[in-house]
Amino acid sequence: MTTRDWLLEDSPNSRWQANAGRAYRVFTALLRNPLSVMGGIIILVLILTAIFAPWLAPYSATGQDLANRLAPPSGTNWMGTDELGRDIFSRVIWGSQITLTIVALVALISAPLGLLIGAIAGYFGGWTDRVLMGITDIFLSMPKLILALAFVAALGPGINNAIIAIAITSWPAYARIARAETLTIRNAEFIAAVRLQGAGPIRVIVQHILPLCTSSMIIRVTLDMAGVILTAAGLGFLGLGAQPPLPEWGAMISRGRTFILDQWWVATMPGFAIIIVSLGFCFLGDGLRDVLDPKNEGK
Amino acid sequence: MSLDPQIVISPIPQAQRKRRWGRGISAIAGFVATVFLTFLGLLAITFFIGRVIPIDPVLAVVGDRASNAVYEAARVSMGLDQPLYIQFIQYVGNVLTGDLGMSVSTGRAVVEDISRFFPATLEMATIGIIIGVVIGVPLGVIAASRQGSVIDQIIRVVGLLGYSMPAFWLGLVGLAVFYARLRWVGGPGRLDIFYDGLVDPVTGLILVDSLLAGEIDIFWNAISHLILPASVLGFFSLAYIARMTRSFMLDQLSQEFVTTARVKGVPERVVIWRHAFNPIRVPLITVIGLSYAGLLEGSVMIETVFSWPGIGNYLTTALLNADMNAVLGSTLVIGAVFIFINKISDVLYRVLDPRAR
Repeated sequence: MTTRDWLLEDSPNSRWQANAGRAYRVFTALLRNPLSVMGGIIILVLILTAIFAPWLAPYSATGQDLANRLAPPSGTNWMGTDELGRDIFSRVIWGSQITLTIVALVALISAPLGLLIGAIAGYFGGWTDRVLMGITDIFLSMPKLILALAFVAALGPGINNAIIAIAITSWPAYARIARAETLTIRNAEFIAAVRLQGAGPIRVIVQHILPLCTSSMIIRVTLDMAGVILTAAGLGFLGLGAQPPLPEWGAMISRGRTFILDQWWVATMPGFAIIIVSLGFCFLGDGLRDVLDPKNEGK
Repeated sequence: MSLDPQIVISPIPQAQRKRRWGRGISAIAGFVATVFLTFLGLLAITFFIGRVIPIDPVLAVVGDRASNAVYEAARVSMGLDQPLYIQFIQYVGNVLTGDLGMSVSTGRAVVEDISRFFPATLEMATIGIIIGVVIGVPLGVIAASRQGSVIDQIIRVVGLLGYSMPAFWLGLVGLAVFYARLRWVGGPGRLDIFYDGLVDPVTGLILVDSLLAGEIDIFWNAISHLILPASVLGFFSLAYIARMTRSFMLDQLSQEFVTTARVKGVPERVVIWRHAFNPIRVPLITVIGLSYAGLLEGSVMIETVFSWPGIGNYLTTALLNADMNAVLGSTLVIGAVFIFINKISDVLYRVLDPRAR
């Protein structure tokens, strides 16, 4: 029996085999869509770049070379240099670490938070539901960027506070999804069976409801990552996110503003990095949605 | 958005009609309650941000070298010796009476500042949404009617770019290309310095004011300054509107009545623009409303790039000066307008769509 047969077995012998089989099916379905392959490659490249930045970057991210300031793109400086003579290509590569950190932390904070709030609201219903969803709706009807700006203003500028502010503004959408999913499975027979066996609410939610919410959550989180990157870059652009000399892409664009009319490369190059990475998440998210949630295909 | 074929129109019995009225009233009451609670929630958030998160709001006012007596006096005068819920009630009272505090950086009342800056944002966002609707809706319809064609692919890419391009970056690139290189448009600001202050602000919207004053030169100058930032904003709403229009249209075009119309020999143009397009006008209004509200938010970034004297620029300047009253005041106003537009489009949807009534 080949590995492939084992993965595609119709009657898996263990939970591990079933999970692996499902993952394999999703993976092969994703491979059939060229855009999601492209998205996946972009994200993979982003992760690899972030890990291997010290070896990939030809120059240091902060090393200044004032004799060579504002040099246009050339063979030695592929994306030119900025106002302190730092190599923009190297800075973009180092910046991938910051972007990846922001994206990962925001997802790790806001998705579980939203999941938990939504699942609790949906599972208990009644007043718990009304109060929690009321709060969620208030946050949802608020402009995200403005709210994040106000939070950062109060917390003080910096990359950690930017992450917290973005996470605070992005959980409500996840809570809504988790609640909707919970409502559809709350009265399912297997939940009733688990409860008859004496499982408490915590066990039911954590072990039996949350796992079923993950696929719609993964789609939504992936699609949202583009927005997270843009918000983080926006905060950096306004000087509220990562502080200099950190090579954050938004902050780099902001430094290049002054030179946009003559030295266009300083501001535009980091922008291309942002667009490519955001597009990557969009492509992958679209592809995942088509595979995991076929109801919405083609929209 | 599928039409339910099983709807049977029948005369409504008297008792049921009464119940309907009751339901209508309770729906309105419920709606008013949600709007009220949402605004209260917005106030709670700005209150929380302003009074709870900062380590010491008094220090921010008096500075860290103030004597104890001064510190205490400031603390009492700011009402910070009161319990938190009383502070909140006072805060809500202040906001309702139009008192958002003084701005440290401009030295004026925040309300006065905002009423001065808001029209510039409104003008830009309005032109932006007009661009978005006028181009986005037809693009979406065309994309849906030729699904899979080159134009459909282009619109798909434009839609994705709208989700993945930083607005401030597009603004900068636009300035570099259309202002610096091609000289097609005016630069940052609302007018050339030469024209600044020549028109008395009546509405605060320069396009309207200059026409009222009969200053055609100023009107054209204002347009040349406005067109680039408004187009950048318009691009983002265009991307969203075209994507949504395409998706709505695809739903309609797969309906049986569309096939029936085609079989009957109705010209394709009529099928698309009357049979398929008419039913999606109502959901489109919601999309346009949401997108308009989103533009107000997007203008924060754009205004910084274009030195546009609007509320977004005011907010970011205040942020950098740690001028909390101004920050919270603008957050509150932008948030309130955002919620208001959202709710209005929600209401319009219910009023215009008989099935949602």
